[in-house]
Amino acid sequence: MRRIISVLLENEPGALSRVVGLFSQRNYNIETLTVAPTEDETLSRLTVTTTGSDKVIEQITKQLNKLIEVVKLVDLTEGSHIERELMLVKLKATGSQRAEIKRTVDIFRGQIVDVTSSVYTVQLAGSSDKLDGFVQAVGTSGVLEVVRTGVSGIARGEKVLSL
Amino acid sequence: MELLSGADMLIRSLQDEGIEYIYGYPGGAALHIYDALFRQDKVKHILVRHEQAAVHMADGYARATGKPGTVLVTSGPGATNTITGIATAFMDSIPMVVLCGQVASSLIGEDAFQETDMIGVSRPVVKHNLSVRHPQEIPEAIRKAYHIASTGRPGPVVVDIPKDMTTPNERYEYSYPKKVKLRSYNPALRGHSGQIKKAVDMLLAAKRPVIYAGGGVILGKATEQLTELTRLLGYPLTNTLMGIGCYPCSDKQHLGWLGMHGTYEANMTMHHSDLILAVGARFDDRVTNATEKFCPGARIVHIDIDPASISKTIDADVPIVGPVDSVLNEMLSLVKSAKEKPDADALAAWWKQIDEWRAFHGMRYETSDEVIKPQEVVEMLSRLTNGEAFVTSDVGQHQMFAAQYYKFDKPNRWINSGGLGTMGFGLPAAMGVKLTHPDDEVLCITGEGSIQMNIQELSTCKQYDLPVKIINLNNQALGMVKQWQDMNYESRHSQSYMESLPDFMKLVEAYGHVGIRIERKEDLEPKLKEALAMKDKLVFVDILIDRFEHVYPMQVARGSMKDMWLSKTERV
Repeated sequence: MRRIISVLLENEPGALSRVVGLFSQRNYNIETLTVAPTEDETLSRLTVTTTGSDKVIEQITKQLNKLIEVVKLVDLTEGSHIERELMLVKLKATGSQRAEIKRTVDIFRGQIVDVTSSVYTVQLAGSSDKLDGFVQAVGTSGVLEVVRTGVSGIARGEKVLSL
Repeated sequence: MELLSGADMLIRSLQDEGIEYIYGYPGGAALHIYDALFRQDKVKHILVRHEQAAVHMADGYARATGKPGTVLVTSGPGATNTITGIATAFMDSIPMVVLCGQVASSLIGEDAFQETDMIGVSRPVVKHNLSVRHPQEIPEAIRKAYHIASTGRPGPVVVDIPKDMTTPNERYEYSYPKKVKLRSYNPALRGHSGQIKKAVDMLLAAKRPVIYAGGGVILGKATEQLTELTRLLGYPLTNTLMGIGCYPCSDKQHLGWLGMHGTYEANMTMHHSDLILAVGARFDDRVTNATEKFCPGARIVHIDIDPASISKTIDADVPIVGPVDSVLNEMLSLVKSAKEKPDADALAAWWKQIDEWRAFHGMRYETSDEVIKPQEVVEMLSRLTNGEAFVTSDVGQHQMFAAQYYKFDKPNRWINSGGLGTMGFGLPAAMGVKLTHPDDEVLCITGEGSIQMNIQELSTCKQYDLPVKIINLNNQALGMVKQWQDMNYESRHSQSYMESLPDFMKLVEAYGHVGIRIERKEDLEPKLKEALAMKDKLVFVDILIDRFEHVYPMQVARGSMKDMWLSKTERV
């Protein structure tokens, strides 16, 4: 099952490589990984999406918690949550394609953020499924380049992940 | 406040931490530190002949004393040579601090001479590692390193120290922190009372209970509590290879150790039990055999300081995260005050069954009039030293024989590389023990394969006068490899022979020690006595043993706990 694990990490050199190393060392999957400093400059927030049985996920959270630099973590998929991923995609856009792409971008509530005579660059945010859906809708033949940030997530409601 | 250089601060921090010995080897990036070491006499440095041995020495010291060991090496090859030793300590949860020199910070990343990313290289095999970024951080880094190494589930910690952190003419104010604050590291101080209560209820209601104790009992200094609880309940106890000594081997409630080469009765008792109380053990693959066939009728209570050890391979019904001593203390008082008592009839029937299993095999082995059996060597050593020696071993058949036939009644006496299985561990570990236990008998039971992996340390033994007794069970082959080849590869002995062995007598004499060779059965006892009588000499006893002996019992691969070979021809 797919899980989103959010981690508060000491903002120190080497902390990230310890997390990444743990996943490869113990044969866990990483599907996406994002990390950036938080409003508290001593902390980074890392979001990792992974798949595995309940037993594997339990081990992942326990092993992550054992790392000295991991301050706190939560499995967002245990409760209701919001997840977002940002995608920038370059599409071949000439002739009649230009209008069609524009319509599809509007349907997906994306934005065209750069334009040349033959290329549109589209920005799209949403769940990973939605981004997949967009790429499918425009057709892979027209796609020149895709870059995705990986998933960020936050719990719904009053729950917060903080110290 | 005193002004000290980084190097002096490092050594002063070790003094303030109460470190008596460090084991190491100098080199360029560590020279400022070695100079600071020279200018004091509180911390004693032991110069080894290879850095791997320094780590095993520190490890042997830690296992025998329960205190963290300390290693000092230089950057590059000095640091990478420690990796096997660090991994050994990591797998067996041994507290240790490894101080590594590093090239100057301005050179890091430039592929400088003797530069290695030791933080990166060691990452998968340490509990934690840290790099010093300013000389003033040194006291806190050292305090932190020892704190992390020795609390919670212990383990090795590496501190990487770039050379410019220890420059002699740059001085800073020194003070050693009394406490260390880590917001993200708070090992449990006691177990959950509700869970403990539940566990005691299950324990008292069990009909076929067994206590399964591991190295965590020794590391957690809980042997007294475990012994009291076991005796109070009257339940059978088995321990892991790492747990040997956590409960007296000579006691009738002790079933011997369990797992791949465990006793018949221990494995049978586990398989047929209805309740397993696991204490400081981690259900590793050498214990469980095939996990899906593991103890089908048993419910499991699992006590461990490390939550990740619980339900990793075998699911626990009642997990208890906490230090074993405090959890066992709570269990003891609950058992004492409980109205329910263990079911005496069920327990009597259970013991009757266990005694039958015990009588069925009883660790018998075929004796011979012609060749010396390795088992009888160990039994004799156990008798001649009253089961009180510190015994280190290397890895292979001799390790199993030593663990099976030496009767340990006390903890911290059996010292082996259980998790990683490191050949070359035995001699340096014995040296680390002997250094701090000069009046105790220290035996290194080894084989002609393993001993050659760190034999250069005979030189260190001479320098520091470490009269350990090396018992070389010489079968002229890599015995355990050969056994597996006999059993699984139709006796194709691929690379398992040691075709040109050195003349060990000449070799040890060259290092300034005494060699005794035993080839005939009738010489065994007198010559072993002769070796043990030389209290102030390192004696290398080279014993020609049966070349064809196998270790039994041996669990059948991918079977359950109860599927075993009991000899070359009997399978149950």
